[in-house]
Amino acid sequence: MASTAIQHTLEHSGHSHDDHGHHHETFLTKYVFSQDHKMIAKQFLITGIIMAVIGMLLSILFRIQLGWPDQSFPLLETFLGKWAEGGRIKPDFYLALVTIHGTIMVFFVLTAGLSGTFSNLLIPLQLGARDMASPFVNMLSFWFFFTACVIMMASFFVESGPASAGWTIYPPLSALPQAISGSAAGMTLWLVSMVLFIASSLMGALNYISTVLNMRTKGMDMWKMPLTIWAFFLTAILGVLSFPVLVSGVVLLIFDRSFGTSFYLSEIVVQGQILPQQGGSPILFQHLFWFLGHPEVYIVIMPALGITSEVIATNSRKPIFGYHAMVYSLIGISVLSFIVWGHHMFVTGMNPFLGGVFMITTLIIAVPSAVKTFNYLATMWRGNIRFTPAMLFAIGLVSFFISGGLTGIFLGNAALDIPLHDTYFVVAHFHLVMGSAAICGMLCGVYHWFPKMFGRMMDDKLGYLHFWFTFIGAYLVFFPMHFMGLDGVPRRYYAFTEFEFMKEWLTVNTFVSWAAIIAAVGQIAFLWNFFYSIFYGKKTTQNPWGSNTMEWTTPIEHLHGNWPGEIPTVYRWPYDYSKPGHSEDFIPQTTPFSQTMSSNLPHDFEGNPEAERIQIEWQKKQQAEGEQGV
Amino acid sequence: MTAYSMTQNSFEKDRDSLKAKKFMMWLFMVSSFIYFAGLTSGFIVYTAGDPSRGINTILPDSFNYSTAIIALSSLTMHLAYMAGKKLQFKSQNAYLVLTALLGIVFLVIQFRAWGVLFNRGITFTGNPNASQSFIYVFVASHLLHIVMGIILLLQALKFRLAKVDPMRNTFRLEVTSIFWHFIDILWIYLYVFLLLNQ
Repeated sequence: MASTAIQHTLEHSGHSHDDHGHHHETFLTKYVFSQDHKMIAKQFLITGIIMAVIGMLLSILFRIQLGWPDQSFPLLETFLGKWAEGGRIKPDFYLALVTIHGTIMVFFVLTAGLSGTFSNLLIPLQLGARDMASPFVNMLSFWFFFTACVIMMASFFVESGPASAGWTIYPPLSALPQAISGSAAGMTLWLVSMVLFIASSLMGALNYISTVLNMRTKGMDMWKMPLTIWAFFLTAILGVLSFPVLVSGVVLLIFDRSFGTSFYLSEIVVQGQILPQQGGSPILFQHLFWFLGHPEVYIVIMPALGITSEVIATNSRKPIFGYHAMVYSLIGISVLSFIVWGHHMFVTGMNPFLGGVFMITTLIIAVPSAVKTFNYLATMWRGNIRFTPAMLFAIGLVSFFISGGLTGIFLGNAALDIPLHDTYFVVAHFHLVMGSAAICGMLCGVYHWFPKMFGRMMDDKLGYLHFWFTFIGAYLVFFPMHFMGLDGVPRRYYAFTEFEFMKEWLTVNTFVSWAAIIAAVGQIAFLWNFFYSIFYGKKTTQNPWGSNTMEWTTPIEHLHGNWPGEIPTVYRWPYDYSKPGHSEDFIPQTTPFSQTMSSNLPHDFEGNPEAERIQIEWQKKQQAEGEQGV
Repeated sequence: MTAYSMTQNSFEKDRDSLKAKKFMMWLFMVSSFIYFAGLTSGFIVYTAGDPSRGINTILPDSFNYSTAIIALSSLTMHLAYMAGKKLQFKSQNAYLVLTALLGIVFLVIQFRAWGVLFNRGITFTGNPNASQSFIYVFVASHLLHIVMGIILLLQALKFRLAKVDPMRNTFRLEVTSIFWHFIDILWIYLYVFLLLNQ
């Protein structure tokens, strides 16, 4: 009977009621076209991990070129054929590598892999919902994403090669198929892939927002939601408000590429030929792109911040410091992220007054970001810290967020940005603050919620090994780049051998390449740990981390609808760790105050006079009994 | 738990989930509106870049007619919704078909408006004044929504009148009518935007 009810709940609207009662699950409906949010989360995660490995391998390829520009590696020719004739990567292919590396990492790993995995897994589980608002749209979201991945990878197999205009695909390079080889079929595939990707992430975001607003269990008001949910919720809002603008930019780009309009193109001569397009404005594309592009970096980092909040509080055995401040700073970041896009365009001939406005809004973002950072530190301060792998990665995020965020203040200043623009300083900045920090947040989430996803534990020792390789590796790779950037070394250059002033950086590049290779090798520890533990890991207990949130009240064996009977009710906020007077150092959200009389505090009752009266009576009784005892 | 309370519980849950699904339609409209906001602000940024840019023509009269048609179709959509709520499925079907037909008429008129523009030499491609190309992009993107709306309308048709589940029917009608009114308002927004800039 229970399963009937649950299934009824999960049914997609408009579809038949025919198969009431039993639950027929085939391989296809359970593992492939699954509509269960937990399975979809795993699908996103594993696809994301595969894309991350591909993105990382691409970066190793161009690191080999940058580290040893004059050396020949015959093995490269074996694998890459004409892209690495004579064992050296060709300049065209180098540009394709950096473009696809950026695209994969920003969109496919840190947007879909991160939000897709953890929003799908945690929103229903931590809010007490049977599934997403529309499980069917959720399934579509994954399959659009998967198709986008396949198309993006397919661009490696077209003759002219993948897109090479950089992940920002500025026209005219991206708008003229004849411009460079990477602007031909590869660019078309890039655009098709991105349109599917945007459709996927919009479908996901609609589901996340609607589920958070409509499907919380009894007692779960917005101010009792874990910070993870707040972060996913606000991230989804950013996605809904910013991705459509990228669509409009891309649509105009497609018209320019394929229909001969001139939205972005004007007065261009290619190979001695004057092109007919007149009157377009390439800056228009930058406006449309960065109106998405800047919120996008917060789409990448905010889920990671949310995950970290949860993991740091749990593993410090302390309530998160400044819960409300954490939420308001997330809201502040979300709002501000829409009015800072111009800081990517200081060198486009922008009116200096307008640049000044963008500079001020940009620098204000430092305030909510700093609030979050200090709150993390204050949460850990004098906590009873358990250094699980997840906790280490959470601390890693805080570290990268600080060191990468500080250089953001440099780059946000128009006067400093003009000399630093398009140098390795920018590369160092965003790889630390959104690359390394967000990937740490993602890995932190994987280690923390692996038992929930697969019912088994990951190995701690391999986790520690993985953490130190990743953490030290990332700093060794990206920190030297600051100094290269300050010296004016431009990004995206194929080799440092042609310019006198760049030659002294060759040795640094070799060092960075070695660091990148070693850090990449360290990821094997993760991959082995992850895939091995899915099948052979130690079986998990119900609540392995002693956590307060609701996902740990669901059975270890997954079932459709998450909870076998009624969904539990929520009574308290999710951060009652080490509450004085309680026998354990955590009190789950589903524990009513009537069961924790010894630890209740006056403000727990939110001005409910009846509850306060009962508590005071109980305390008087306890006191009286105590005096009798004496 | 008794069977009775279980069914009632699931019934309530179903309603909850329908509410959440309806909310997704609202969110979709938000994102769709942002898309058009992106296009229109693109138009503003582009047109402000140079005094020679701009629409520089009188918009075809056809747009007035199509605006009247789409406004009328909103009315028939509402009548279909009211009929569905009163469980009059036959007249619900009739109004839905009427709405879809008006949608097709709208589509045809928009195409004719393009023809008028084209004959004046205001082309989509090869036009150095892309402000004029924007008219085509606005209309085409909107027409894509009209096509989606017509698909939703056809999906809301009921063929086996005996088997209609009133709750799901009303839900479907609501979603369809919200969307249809939205694309009506969306066109009015685009048209007023163009009129203000002509």
